[in-house]
Amino acid sequence: MKQFLDMVLESAERQPVRLLRILRAVQDRYRHIPEQAIDIIAEQLKISRTEIIAVVEFYSFFHRQPQGRYDILISDSITDWMLDKANIMSYLSKVLKVDVGTVRGDGLVSLNNTSCTGMCDQGPAGLINGYALTRLDRPKIDDMAVLIEQAVPLSEWPAEFFQVSDNIQRPGLLLQQAIAPGSGLTRALARGLKETLTEIEKSGLRGRGGAGFSTAMKWRFCAEAQSDRRYVVCNADEGEPGTFKDRVLLNSYADQVFEGMTLCAALIGAEQGYLYLRGEYRHLEDKLQKILQQRRDDGLLGQNILGQELNFDIEICMGAGAYICGEESALIESLEGKCGIPRNRPPYPVTQGYLHKPTVVNNVETFMAAAAIAVNGGDWFKGAGTERSAGSKILSISGDCAKPGIYEYPFGVAIKQILSDCGAVDVQGVQVGGPSGSFISDQELERQLAFEDLATGGSFIVFNNSRHVLDVVKNFTHFFAHESCGFCTPCRVGTSLLKKQLDKIVDGHGSAGDVAALEELCQLVKNYSHCGLGQTAANPVLTTLQRYPELYQRQLKKISYEPGFDLDGALEVARRMANRDDAGAHLTQVEE
Amino acid sequence: MSKTIRIDGKEIPFEEGQTIMEAASAADVYIPHLCHHPDYTPHGSCKLCSVQVNGRNCTACTFPALEGQDIISQSQELQEDRQRITQMLFVEGNHFCPGCEKTGNCQLQAVGYYLNMLDNHFPHFYARREMDASHPDILIDHNRCIFCNLCVRASREKDGKNVFAISGRGINKRLVVNSSSGQLKDSDIDVNDSAVHICPTGAILIKRQGFRVPIGQRIYDHHQIDEVALEQESESHGR
Repeated sequence: MKQFLDMVLESAERQPVRLLRILRAVQDRYRHIPEQAIDIIAEQLKISRTEIIAVVEFYSFFHRQPQGRYDILISDSITDWMLDKANIMSYLSKVLKVDVGTVRGDGLVSLNNTSCTGMCDQGPAGLINGYALTRLDRPKIDDMAVLIEQAVPLSEWPAEFFQVSDNIQRPGLLLQQAIAPGSGLTRALARGLKETLTEIEKSGLRGRGGAGFSTAMKWRFCAEAQSDRRYVVCNADEGEPGTFKDRVLLNSYADQVFEGMTLCAALIGAEQGYLYLRGEYRHLEDKLQKILQQRRDDGLLGQNILGQELNFDIEICMGAGAYICGEESALIESLEGKCGIPRNRPPYPVTQGYLHKPTVVNNVETFMAAAAIAVNGGDWFKGAGTERSAGSKILSISGDCAKPGIYEYPFGVAIKQILSDCGAVDVQGVQVGGPSGSFISDQELERQLAFEDLATGGSFIVFNNSRHVLDVVKNFTHFFAHESCGFCTPCRVGTSLLKKQLDKIVDGHGSAGDVAALEELCQLVKNYSHCGLGQTAANPVLTTLQRYPELYQRQLKKISYEPGFDLDGALEVARRMANRDDAGAHLTQVEE
Repeated sequence: MSKTIRIDGKEIPFEEGQTIMEAASAADVYIPHLCHHPDYTPHGSCKLCSVQVNGRNCTACTFPALEGQDIISQSQELQEDRQRITQMLFVEGNHFCPGCEKTGNCQLQAVGYYLNMLDNHFPHFYARREMDASHPDILIDHNRCIFCNLCVRASREKDGKNVFAISGRGINKRLVVNSSSGQLKDSDIDVNDSAVHICPTGAILIKRQGFRVPIGQRIYDHHQIDEVALEQESESHGR
């Protein structure tokens, strides 16, 4: 182990900021992070062992107990549930003879759930040893079981298991034509860097992650912050259930994304950039490394880019399963090799980001758009969209529609139009912007996609009338409780209480006061949470309570109060021990 | 002319670089808090010190005081919400005030008194949490940990030892000890460390101290926490 760790630590240059990379290598090799490894890493990186334990226990893909040699995780996104995930899971469990959440006795296989893996257009999906599995069905599972029992290495499995399609259904402004590698930088240098920033300002480009801050303004703030060093970070941690557009952009337009990052570096004066790639997109890692190398070979990265006095390089950092790392300051903490806990603001990342130096953090789509604007000019971009939402928006569409996949529209497009294009019929509602966005009903389909009306990071999940809204809300609420980083009280305790309270109602144990209590709790979590996760965690409940109050009411018992505690259920053990089951051995706690 | 902020209608002077909490404390204005202590880096996690700054909720312990801020702290709405947040802390762990050695000296309990908290309101989690009694002088009862991070900061910032860390995610967070066994006895903690004395609840206790001061004669049996906190903290905030 010492020898292996030496090699891993050496390749990470013994830098504590690369702790996640080191732990990923250890996890891959030993299927967990052994105690001994923790001691060695702590000693070599000169950090405390508790710091390492904290990181291991924070990220879903690290474990302190060995996982199976084939570690299977099945995506728990609502879209997977809609594609019969429950059946797939129980079939897997049966065929592989392993209970969900456990490692099989012989250590060959482990099976568990994981948050959305970003394959909503080709689910039910999962991961095996970190690699994406798509379109799971029974025949595929039967084949998998054979390969696993024969211990065939993943590298020898048929390629079709790992096939990930782009599914670009409707290209628009950006997707229609990728820019040629280097053309954005060449144009920017010819035009002048200052003028190019003005051009981006003129384009009206706003961050595509959902919050919509002006990109030019962010870059300008960062450039103006006093510092000897600046950083560019691309946020490729799209973890919002129902989002997968960044996966496609990085698979097919990575050059343009890297070009946008390089452009930003030139404008703000940064020499180092990071692509923070979510762990679920491991299948893209090698390909992206090759593209980076190609760009270095072509003089588009590294020293003296395009023969100018421009030095910039990009490193890929992989996440390890934590939705919260999509929040920019949590992402920065994670880049620094720590738990992804959002920082206090101010200061903001543009003045104190990575290693407390000014840092621009932008979404994949934002960098891609910026590169296109450098080539085509601000007016070209501004020409599409609405007054306050310039340009186009790339959507990930999934759920009940004939053609799930990637769609690009000018901002201002009506929801109705999108639904008709993707072949959605009998629509009950749409989740716009993922669980943290809003659930809109079939009465609101005239509404528009734009910062003025419905803002979105890109998730667009369609639900037809066969779906139960409360099942959806339940899935989302459980998701947030699972992904809360736990830093602040209202989110750590609040999201778990929300889950309990909603379950009480959905499972038929709620009474009149429970909906009021649910709503009160929602407001508390929303108003007092530290970051966006907590501030939006109650949105699924709030947006559906507003539109479908009757659905909640219908679940309630017709009594004034129903305890959350099942008194009669608690007597079960006593009944078994006393070997009786007569009427006298039962208790009713509330007269109905 | 010194700069001022306004808290609940009262003009309060502040110096550049002060947080709202620091300015308030120095001016004898109490804002409830648990994870904050003037000697350590602000944390902003308990959220009890949430105030409304120009209509927006912020934590007073981390948010800088800036000229022209109109701050609301003592509104009925905020006090009620602070009570709910305190109740969350009570149901998350296992707090048995009457049987706790810290009763009457406990800040969590005192904040509960201050906010007129009469019940726990929320359903309990009944979390299974261990006790670490391995050390000859010090005891950790994880049932009462509220993840305020004060012991972590005190050990790191004042004792120079790094004995504690908060590990895990979400509701599964836990306090971990820096030693090969994970037990307190194998760490380099000492009973005189600041980290041992900083816990606002009964999670970290010193052994053989129980009931030296009888119940009924303890700090918060006679004084409200606002009074005690201002007396202890306003000077260090005064700069």
